Amino acid sequence: MAITLNVNGKDRRVDVDGDTPLLWVLRDVLEMTGTKFGCGMALCGACTVHLDGQPIRSCSTPVESIGKGRITTIEAIGATAAGQRIQAAWIKHEVPQCGYCQSGQVMSACALLAANPTPSDTDIDAAMAGNLCRCGTYPRIRAAIKSAAGADTKG
Amino acid sequence: METPRHRIGRRSFLTASLGLTGAMVVAFNWPDSRMGSADAAPRIFQPNAFISIGADGLVTLVMPFVEMGQGTYTAVPMLIAEELEVDLASVRLEHAPADEKRYGHPLFGSQITGGSGTIRGAWEPMRKAGAAARMMLVAAAAREWKVDASTCRASNGEVLHPSSGRKLGYGQLAAKAAVLPVPDQITLKPASAFTLVGTSAKRLDVPAKVNGSARFGIDANPPGMKIAAVAACPVFGGRLAEVDESKARAIKGVRKIVRLDDAVAVVADHTGAARKGLAALAITWDNGSNAAFSTAAWEGQLTEAMRGKGVVALDEGHFAGHRASGAKTVDAVYTMPMLAHATMEPMNCTAHVHKDGVELWVGTQAPARCQAFVAEALGVDPARVKVNNHLVGGGFGRRLEADYAVQAAQIAKQLPYPVKVIWSREEDIQHDIYRPFYRDELSMTLDAKGAAVGFSHRLAGSSVVARYAPAWIAKGIDPDAVEAAETPYDLAHKYVEFIAVEAPVPTGFWRGVGPTHNCFVTECFIDELAHAAGQDPVAYRRAMLIKTPRARQVLEIAAQRAGWGRKLEPGTGMGVALANAWGSFAASVVECTVDKDGNIALKRMTTVVDCGQVINPNGVIAQMEGGQIYGLTAALYGKLTIENGRIMQGNFHDYPLIRIHEVPQLDIHLVHSSESPGGTGEIGTTVTAPALANAVFAATGKRLRTLPLTPDALQRI
Repeated sequence: MAITLNVNGKDRRVDVDGDTPLLWVLRDVLEMTGTKFGCGMALCGACTVHLDGQPIRSCSTPVESIGKGRITTIEAIGATAAGQRIQAAWIKHEVPQCGYCQSGQVMSACALLAANPTPSDTDIDAAMAGNLCRCGTYPRIRAAIKSAAGADTKG
Repeated sequence: METPRHRIGRRSFLTASLGLTGAMVVAFNWPDSRMGSADAAPRIFQPNAFISIGADGLVTLVMPFVEMGQGTYTAVPMLIAEELEVDLASVRLEHAPADEKRYGHPLFGSQITGGSGTIRGAWEPMRKAGAAARMMLVAAAAREWKVDASTCRASNGEVLHPSSGRKLGYGQLAAKAAVLPVPDQITLKPASAFTLVGTSAKRLDVPAKVNGSARFGIDANPPGMKIAAVAACPVFGGRLAEVDESKARAIKGVRKIVRLDDAVAVVADHTGAARKGLAALAITWDNGSNAAFSTAAWEGQLTEAMRGKGVVALDEGHFAGHRASGAKTVDAVYTMPMLAHATMEPMNCTAHVHKDGVELWVGTQAPARCQAFVAEALGVDPARVKVNNHLVGGGFGRRLEADYAVQAAQIAKQLPYPVKVIWSREEDIQHDIYRPFYRDELSMTLDAKGAAVGFSHRLAGSSVVARYAPAWIAKGIDPDAVEAAETPYDLAHKYVEFIAVEAPVPTGFWRGVGPTHNCFVTECFIDELAHAAGQDPVAYRRAMLIKTPRARQVLEIAAQRAGWGRKLEPGTGMGVALANAWGSFAASVVECTVDKDGNIALKRMTTVVDCGQVINPNGVIAQMEGGQIYGLTAALYGKLTIENGRIMQGNFHDYPLIRIHEVPQLDIHLVHSSESPGGTGEIGTTVTAPALANAVFAATGKRLRTLPLTPDALQRI
C-alpha cells in the first residue's frame, strides 16, 4: 500500500505493506541507515526514533500506525536544541565505542532532555534503561547527559 | 607461564616487523613519483603498505587493524603521527583490504584484530613507519636545499631549516622523498620526547558515531542490492529437508527463496518483507545426529573426560610427587557456562557473486579469513574475492570468524544481484560460535603452617585454537586454553593440565578468552583459601607476589583506593581479583550488597591497571570501563543452555545484557609505567567476575563456583 510518512520534516511516499516496521522503511526504502537494528522486539533501543518528539522503537512500529505523526531520526536530530547539546556532550565525553547503539542512545537522551531539562540520576536511568550498549558506555552516557543538562541550565 | 603463542609471536614479530618496515617504505605511492620516468604508463594501484602522503600533505594510513570500539583508529594513527611529526587531524584512514601477507598481525601472523594485541603489535612497527617516512622527507628537503640533513628538522607536517629560515611542506616533498633510499637505521624517540603518545587525544571516530553517518557492515548498499533474512537449522549440524514457500512468495516485496544445505533465505526488496517472508515459510529440518544433545550431556562429557589424562602444559616442582608426600590439600571444582557474544550489530554480510569473482561488504575482525573461506566455499581464487571492510558494530571475538560471510556468499551465488544477508537477533544468538563450557578441578597443597605451596589446575573444555588456528598449537598445547591458568602467585609447585573435549557445538574466542575463564576460577579459589586460612584476601595474595612487583602494586593501589578493610554494613561485601595477561596487570575491588532474596546490587568498582606505556589514557579508561561492564553481564546474567540440540535462548529477554541503571560508579586508575605497552581490551572483563563473586561471598558467606551469580543460585546454597 502507498503510505506517506513525514520524516525529518519532509513527506516521503513509500509503497510497502502496512505492517512493515518503520525501521526497515527508514533503512532500506528511504536509505537512511543511521537508525540501527538490534533485536526486532523493542528490547534494545538501537532503533529509537522520535514520533512527535516521543522516543519510539521503530523495529516494532508498523508504518500504518504512524498516520500524520512527525518522525525525527538521528540524521536530523542535530537540528534541534536538545540534539545539538546532546551530540556536543557525546563528543566531549567521547561516549561511543563501537558506536552501533549510539544513534538510539542519542535519540533517547534527546527526548529526555527535551522533556526534562534537568534530569536526576533516577530520571536518566529510567529514560535510558531501554537502550542496551554492549561496549559498556553507560558511565559516559550518564556523564554526557548531565553535562548537556548543565549547559542547558546555564544557557 | 611462557606460552607457546608468545614464542610463536616473537618469531613472527621479527619477520613481520621487517616486512612491515619494508612495506612502509614502498608505501610512498604517489602518482607524482612516477612522472617523467620511462614507464609512466598508468598502472593499477596496489596498496602495499601503510602510509602515503599526498601532494596536499594529507597522510593516509591504510589501517591493518579494524575499529570495533576499542579506539584503534585513534591510537594507531597516534603512533604514526608521533614519529612522522604531523598533526593527528591530518591523518586519514582507509580500511585495509584482505591481505594476510601485507596486513598480517605482527604477533599472530594472520590479519586479525583481537587478542588485546593491536597496540602490542603496532607499537614498534608503526612508529618505525612514521620515523622512516619522516627521515626520507627530511632527506628530500636537505637535498633540495643542498644542506646536511642533520641541520634540518621536521615539525607539524613541514621540514624546517632553522638556520636559513626555509621550510617545505610534506606535500611538496612527497614525490621527491619517495624515490630516496630507505634509511637503514631508524632511531625512535625516547618516551621523554613524546608529545602525542601518552595524551588523551580525541577519538577520531566519534563525530560520525553521534550523527548516524558512521558506516557499519549492515549499512552497505551497493547498486541493485536486495536483502535476505535467513534461518539456519536450529539443531547444530542439522540440514534443510524441505520448504513450502507458497505463502512467502505471495508477500509483497519478496523476490526469491534460496535454499542452502543447512539454511533457507528469503530475498526481498527490504528487510521487512524478507523477515515477513521467512516467518511465512513452512520449513522442515532434518535435525541429524545431535537432536538429543544438551548442556547436561556436555557437562557429563567434561566430567567423564577429566577421569582421563590431558596435555600437561606446566609442571614446575613436580606437583604429583609433592602431593604424594602427604601435604594437606584443599580441592574445589568450578564450571563456567557457554556464552554468546551478542554484538549489538547482528551478524550480516553483503555479497555479490559476479562473472569476475566475489565482492563482500562486511564488518569483520578477520578480512583475510573471510576472503579465504569464501574463496574455498565457492571454489574461486582468493585473489578474486574482494573484501570491503567497515566499522565493526561490536566484535568481542565473534567477528574473528567467517561463517556469516560464507553463508552470504553461498546465498549470493544463486542470485544475479548483490544481497545483504542480515541475521535476526535470534539467529545471531542461536548460531553464534560460543565461548565454551568449561570444568575446572583445582587443588592447593598447604605446608605445616597452612601456607599455600603447590597448585594444580586441571581444566576441560573445547580447544578453540585447535579449530581456529592449529598452527598456534605447540607441543600439543592450546596456548589460549591454559593462559593464566597457573596464577601469578609465588608457589613452589605449579601444575596445569588441559583436557580438550569437543562437543557438537561451534566454539570460539570470546572477549577475555582463556585468561577470563582461568582468572575466574583461580581468583575465586585463592579467595576461598584466604578465607579458609582466616586471612585477609588482599594480604593473602600480596604475600605471594614477591616475584611479581607489578601485580603486587596494582593490588595494593586498588585496595587502598577502594578503602579495603573498612567496616561495611551487614549484607555488603568487598571482593578482590587480580589478573595478569596480554602484558598487562589489573586488580579490581568490587563492593556490592546482597539482599535476603539473593538480589545483588553493585555499589562501586575500583580498578587499577598497569598496561605499561599508555598511548591514549582516556582510551585505556574507556576500554577498562567497557571490559568491566561486559564482564558484569557475564557475571550476573550470562548463560546459554542447550536442549534437544538447540540453543534455548534467543533475544535480550532470555539472554539479558546489563543495563545502565545496574552499573555502579567505576573508579579506574592507570599506573604510570615505561614498560612496553600491554593490551587493555580484555583485562577489564577478566578481573570483573571473580572480584564480584568474591564480593558476594564476603557479603553472604556463600561461595558460588559457577557463573552467573543469580538469586536462584544463591538461594540454593
